[in-house]
Amino acid sequence: MKSDPPLALGSFDSASEEWLKSLTGGEREEAVGRLHQLLVCAARREIHRRSTGVRVTGPELDDLAFQAAGDALVSVLAKLQQFRGESRFTTWAYKFVMFEVSTKLARHFWRRSDMPSQPVDWGRLADRFGIQPDEQSEGRDLLEALVRALDETLTDRQRQVFVAIVVNGVPLDALLEEMGGTRGAIYKMLFDARRKLRSALVDGGYLTPEHEGT
Amino acid sequence: MTGSEALERFLHTDPGDVGCDEAMAVLHIFAELVAAGADTKPEYRGVAAHLRACGPCGDDFDGLLAAITNEHP
Repeated sequence: MKSDPPLALGSFDSASEEWLKSLTGGEREEAVGRLHQLLVCAARREIHRRSTGVRVTGPELDDLAFQAAGDALVSVLAKLQQFRGESRFTTWAYKFVMFEVSTKLARHFWRRSDMPSQPVDWGRLADRFGIQPDEQSEGRDLLEALVRALDETLTDRQRQVFVAIVVNGVPLDALLEEMGGTRGAIYKMLFDARRKLRSALVDGGYLTPEHEGT
Repeated sequence: MTGSEALERFLHTDPGDVGCDEAMAVLHIFAELVAAGADTKPEYRGVAAHLRACGPCGDDFDGLLAAITNEHP
């Protein structure tokens, strides 16, 4: 197996340089242990910060934090050569914790929820934006135009993503667990869907055109 | 805010939005800039636009910012 080239130390802040030296030198085991502790603390705080939406508490929270920190540690150690000193080492390492926490919580979502079944409950779409279709004809017209635009202007995949995230409230990362692909690809589908729907509603006179630079 | 305004705000897309992959690639750099109060660099405008629009990337950013600002020495 081809070994990685040695890290080019010298362009990093002193704390980052210290981390890199210890993680690649004779004190590696002790440094890995310290880093793991740091990542567990960050994961625990992060899950706690996000837990209002996902209801994770007690031992379950600790389990998720340890899993997220462990997987983040594996990624950090595997990608050590990619650290370029553009931030402090610990900031770069915490980024992997954030990714892992997102992934673990997305999986956790499906343990407590099912994908809503068809047909689509369009009343939820009205609720999502506070449109009142029963009380105001303007609101009813807007909702009907939006549902029509969803049908006529979006691809099947864009419609599936829009309905799951916007109508049914499935978190994007949780949908990613179901559909596969990447977060970026699903975001792009939703981005294109938003752009197309807006354009259709502007063309129909339901929304006002955007001005340059707004 | 009326339903129409809420919908309009949601459907608005920023053409400068760099997307998830590009934003995630520089998230650690951007977080330190924001923590230092220096987040107005023009080259990061597209990253900021993305983090405002993308829930999960915004969450990752908020978490990273919290981690580095609450970090124990």
